[in-house]
Amino acid sequence: MNFEEHAAKPLLARHGIAIPKGGLAKTPDAAAAIAARIGAVVVKAQVPAGKRGKAGGIKLAANPDDARSHAKAIIGMEIAGHKVEQVLIEEQMPIERELYAAVLNDPASQGPLVMFSTAGGMDIEEVAATSPDKLHRWPVDIRRGFGLADAAARVNGLGLGAAEHKIAAALSSLYAVYAACDAELVEINPLIVTTDGRVVALDCKFVMDDSGAVRQAEIARAGTPEMLTGLEARAKAAGLKYIDLEGDIGVLANGAGLTMTTMDVIRHHGGRPANFLEIGGESYTQAKPALELLLSNPRIRSLVINFCGAFARTDVMTQGVIEAIEALQPKLPIFFSVHGTGDEEAIKLLKDRLGVTPLATMDDASKAAVEAAAK
Amino acid sequence: MIIRGTDRVLVMGITGKQGTFWTEHMQAYGTKVVGGTNPAKAGTLHCGVPVYATAGDAMKGGGFDVAVLFIPPLMVKAAAMDAIEAGAKGLVVLTEHIPVQDVMYFVAAAKERGTRILGPNTAGAVTPGECFAGFMPVFNERIFRKGSIGVLSRSGSLGVLFCLNIVQAGYGESAFVGIGGDPIIGTTTRDALVALDNFPGTEAVVMVGEIGGTMEEEAAVYAKTMTKPVIAFIAGGAAPKGKKMGHAGAIVMGDKGTYASKRSALEAAGVTVLDTPSDVGTALKAGLGC
Repeated sequence: MNFEEHAAKPLLARHGIAIPKGGLAKTPDAAAAIAARIGAVVVKAQVPAGKRGKAGGIKLAANPDDARSHAKAIIGMEIAGHKVEQVLIEEQMPIERELYAAVLNDPASQGPLVMFSTAGGMDIEEVAATSPDKLHRWPVDIRRGFGLADAAARVNGLGLGAAEHKIAAALSSLYAVYAACDAELVEINPLIVTTDGRVVALDCKFVMDDSGAVRQAEIARAGTPEMLTGLEARAKAAGLKYIDLEGDIGVLANGAGLTMTTMDVIRHHGGRPANFLEIGGESYTQAKPALELLLSNPRIRSLVINFCGAFARTDVMTQGVIEAIEALQPKLPIFFSVHGTGDEEAIKLLKDRLGVTPLATMDDASKAAVEAAAK
Repeated sequence: MIIRGTDRVLVMGITGKQGTFWTEHMQAYGTKVVGGTNPAKAGTLHCGVPVYATAGDAMKGGGFDVAVLFIPPLMVKAAAMDAIEAGAKGLVVLTEHIPVQDVMYFVAAAKERGTRILGPNTAGAVTPGECFAGFMPVFNERIFRKGSIGVLSRSGSLGVLFCLNIVQAGYGESAFVGIGGDPIIGTTTRDALVALDNFPGTEAVVMVGEIGGTMEEEAAVYAKTMTKPVIAFIAGGAAPKGKKMGHAGAIVMGDKGTYASKRSALEAAGVTVLDTPSDVGTALKAGLGC
């Protein structure tokens, strides 16, 4: 789950990292009022995406009138597919130096990774590509953590001057945020040193591990809900994993791998999948609501139902599918491939209740659906 | 990690509905289940084996080699640490949706103690004709038959499909290793490939991967050194960027974890990459010459 800057920064502040003074505004007048309180400000579009500056979503305002007119231009703007609903109004800071700091889950080392760079304020992927020596990568043993002494030892000798100790403190605090909030990624870019020697987080990106969100209820409320289509939102509410795609061939399968493969095979045979929808694992009893949801997509011209049971029993899934079909009487052609746990019962059910025989392989079912959709 | 009939298995969470159901299946198939855990039912018998409060108690009791965890997500870290500290040789972690930082924690502890972890988010491991751990349709002879093909898969359901196609083509499996669909897992694609390459009776390996991460690329480096044929399939070529496709590990970010990157790395290593699972039989015949 992504967090917008205004929702992420308080997490830093809670763990002792300084952030600029500011406030959130939904209207130009509210922006002007905050600026009147603070003085010279930055007006920042709030969307869960990067590169806001390049898109014109970040502007400096010397006075409340400027803040109002910038807010007016930015609110309603679209950045990376997100409509800007509100702006963060923050005090301008006297920047002496810009740094980069992040902590993230690193599959390569199978643990947390602290990243730090003296080339802050830039696109960090660009720094990694053009001057990798400037991007420090410090793997952490999650059982030990990354305390002040660890951070101090790491930043020593990097030429940070008088701010070195404060930077080390910010890094260990950033790790504390990561550990306390089930972060997948927490990033400060830039982390600045001001002309009067303070260390301040000018921006913050925070992504919460979706599996950790259940034990972070209070913090998770501040996260940005995923942008969902109507069907995706309905599926999520029903506890189903559904993703809208652009094609016209519906897909219902169990297990993420099998569902992706069904999409791949449809494409391999020249068709275009309309969706990802899987009812594997504990949700294998949800075939009926899943199919009902899928059939409400008006774009679908044919359907592949591909079951391969391990934990998920194909007879239970097939029973749900039959109930949905009997209830909704869909007109579109449906092609089955059914194998694995419970398949003999499933095949018998299909024959007895729907008069249908599954095709021998998922390739056959996919190919038939592609041909039917093209008609 | 390949499960053997001589491995003494402890089922953690044995008294739950799934724990009970699959313990009975494991016992019927030949898995040597020596006990289970549930702190509330310690001292009783369940499925004919003693129930202990903890894995530590089970180790002091009759001992065990491999713990299979039927434990809810937020309780897995404590259960896994219990088993690791008890001195388990291996853990099979079936649970999906464990917080990633919890996974990192017990994976780090396991590495230090030399405990092998399979999963999380795996359907388990099968050695046909011998034993299994997890939830797999082992009794279905159209899916699992003793043979010479080693199979490793990130996905359980897709792994089953490949086993079905392998048996349909006239082959059988030496061992099946489900490594799990999470972004951080104890046994990587490469680890499983090495284990299968060295497993007696294995003549070819089928590697079932998916988009996301760089595990297939890392496995390709090892595949290049192998003399046995390796046949791979990568799920998710048709998936859009930036969306998690069901498995937390299956997400393409930028140019990392893409289908194209995995396919070209594997092909450069001499691995046959299939367009569709149905082609696995033909590819095995070509690779093995019979």
